[in-house]
Amino acid sequence: MSGESTYNPKSGIAKWMDERLPLMRLAHDSFVDYPTPKNLNYWWTFGGILTFCLMTQIVTGIILAMHYTPHVDLAFNSVEHIMRNVNYGWLIRYIHANGASMFFLAVYIHIFRGMYYGSYKAPREVLWILGVIIYLLMMAAAFMGYVLPWGQMSLWGATVITNLFGAVPLVGDSIATWLWGGFSVDNPTLNRFFSLHYLIPFLIAGVVVLHIWALHVPGNNNPIGISVKSKQDTVPFHPYYTVKDGFALVLFMILFSYFIFFAPNVLGHADNYIPANPLVTPAHIVPEWYLLPFYAILRAVPDKLGGVIAMVGAIAILFVLPWLDTSKVRSARYRPLFRQFYFIFIGVCLLLGYLGAMPAEGIYIVLARIATIYYFAHFLIILPLLGFIEKPKDIPESISDSVLSSNAAPAE
Amino acid sequence: MKRTQFFTSLGFALIIALAVPTQVFAAGDAKHPAAQDWSFNGPFGTFDRDALRRGYKVYQEVCAACHSMNQLRFRNLSQSGGPEFSEAEVKAIAANFTVEDGPDDYGDMFDRPALPKDAFIAPYPNENAARASNGGAYPPDLSLITKARGLGADYVYALLVGYEDAPEGVKLGDGQYYNPYMAGGKIAMAEPLVDELVDYEDGTVPTKEQLAYDVTTFLSWAAEPELETRKQTGVMVIIYLSLFAGLLFLSMRKIWADQH
Repeated sequence: MSGESTYNPKSGIAKWMDERLPLMRLAHDSFVDYPTPKNLNYWWTFGGILTFCLMTQIVTGIILAMHYTPHVDLAFNSVEHIMRNVNYGWLIRYIHANGASMFFLAVYIHIFRGMYYGSYKAPREVLWILGVIIYLLMMAAAFMGYVLPWGQMSLWGATVITNLFGAVPLVGDSIATWLWGGFSVDNPTLNRFFSLHYLIPFLIAGVVVLHIWALHVPGNNNPIGISVKSKQDTVPFHPYYTVKDGFALVLFMILFSYFIFFAPNVLGHADNYIPANPLVTPAHIVPEWYLLPFYAILRAVPDKLGGVIAMVGAIAILFVLPWLDTSKVRSARYRPLFRQFYFIFIGVCLLLGYLGAMPAEGIYIVLARIATIYYFAHFLIILPLLGFIEKPKDIPESISDSVLSSNAAPAE
Repeated sequence: MKRTQFFTSLGFALIIALAVPTQVFAAGDAKHPAAQDWSFNGPFGTFDRDALRRGYKVYQEVCAACHSMNQLRFRNLSQSGGPEFSEAEVKAIAANFTVEDGPDDYGDMFDRPALPKDAFIAPYPNENAARASNGGAYPPDLSLITKARGLGADYVYALLVGYEDAPEGVKLGDGQYYNPYMAGGKIAMAEPLVDELVDYEDGTVPTKEQLAYDVTTFLSWAAEPELETRKQTGVMVIIYLSLFAGLLFLSMRKIWADQH
């Protein structure tokens, strides 16, 4: 798909530059003339939306860092200073805080889209793995960012998560002490979290470049999951997908704006407006909503080390997904059995999210254990077996065939 | 059809995003506060200016005896979207308080009347002093109280008017009172508001409920002084984005016309 370059420098300056550093050629081939399957649906617009999210977080974050003070005695008040005294500081901070949630909402849709249409399968395994790395970096950035306002949930969330490293045999306590820069979450911890929180987004941006590179070598997957065969199957990225991505992005921004302007704190926890106090533990320590499923898995295992292994494993298993799924057919449209298990899996993930917000007791813990076992069974038992058991439906000859037939008789 | 699917999914995502955290807040054993019809609710909500001014009086004459509001400055009282006292009024209000300033050219600290730039004066010099005067309990700073409690203004209002006699079987310690809206039911603050505790100059009848309503309005503004600007900006932003989305949709239809 990454065929001959069609870039044709028009001005003298453009020619001069093209012979020395073909930056414009790269941009042209990647975002203007890039051949894209013509049948991409709206689930494919989240790549562009995620790029927007990352840029928004970086820009608002840089501005916030100009006014924020990473010190345990000053951090909470410096955030209030941003809210009350900095011009439009409330807007910048609410964009940044809700932007994290929007980023995760978009990334979850993006990931589940990849799972539904088999976008992780050959030849896109590296593209998928880079995506999982981005997701991991996002979680690290979000977790450290949540610590910075130095409210009660900041301190106690950081305490719970960093204590997990104490579960490592033999060297656990030493690792925890090393991470904290002391014997508990305190000023050195806040300082280094601020430093790392500023660093990680740029690491993400770097991996995003690799992610897009790894996308543009094999080209986009598409809803029917068969490879592009001829020029009939594709359209140039611009203007077809710039306008479609743009439209979806603006719809996404409307949802984003709803949270910023009308419910800016609904996704956060009220306790984080109480200054951090090492002597008072909140009644329920809960992470942000986007980490709740993993929190549920952590608490579902009765053993601390076991819980940590399960939680890390729940993410790590995504790295090997391309090899756990044994079916050669990519898209769930032609995999009737997989399609059912896919939706059950989504239900289980949502259930885990709900259970992560509930106290770890009674029926909740029982359900969390069942859901955790199912989560792993989906990857380790169901996906490998389905490839052998399932009989896929008939697959169209080409993308243009499927587009033409779906126009004649709108199936699905 | 694909489009309908997309919107349905977006709707589901929204519901999930909203439902999960609400569940988190609902945890606990306290009585659920009733929702009040606040003037600042909803996308077009604004603060009731008179309620804010009366509420400030209630805070100053009742709450401020024990509770600080460290994030507030006197000048905030005249900024738009708040009680909107005139600058002269704010100067006069501030002048009623004394702050320690210095050191002067001789290295001595000195007292001077407060100015609009100064923060609200805290009733105690530090947490230890506050605890010593309140039987060991620490009256929390009220600057952010409606944001720092689940269900915010509804909770604060319910707590202020919700004092009851302790039901049988509940043992209250010395200096403890019963309030079902407090987690655990026991609270170290005596019932703060009673009918006619504060004299209102504008003729409003100062019932207990009225005092609670006014002071909760004031505390809500103190926690979110940007609320009116935020909501007004939000309405414009959403209108703008909706028109923009409409234009993009039409452009998309035109661009894709030759592909269908």
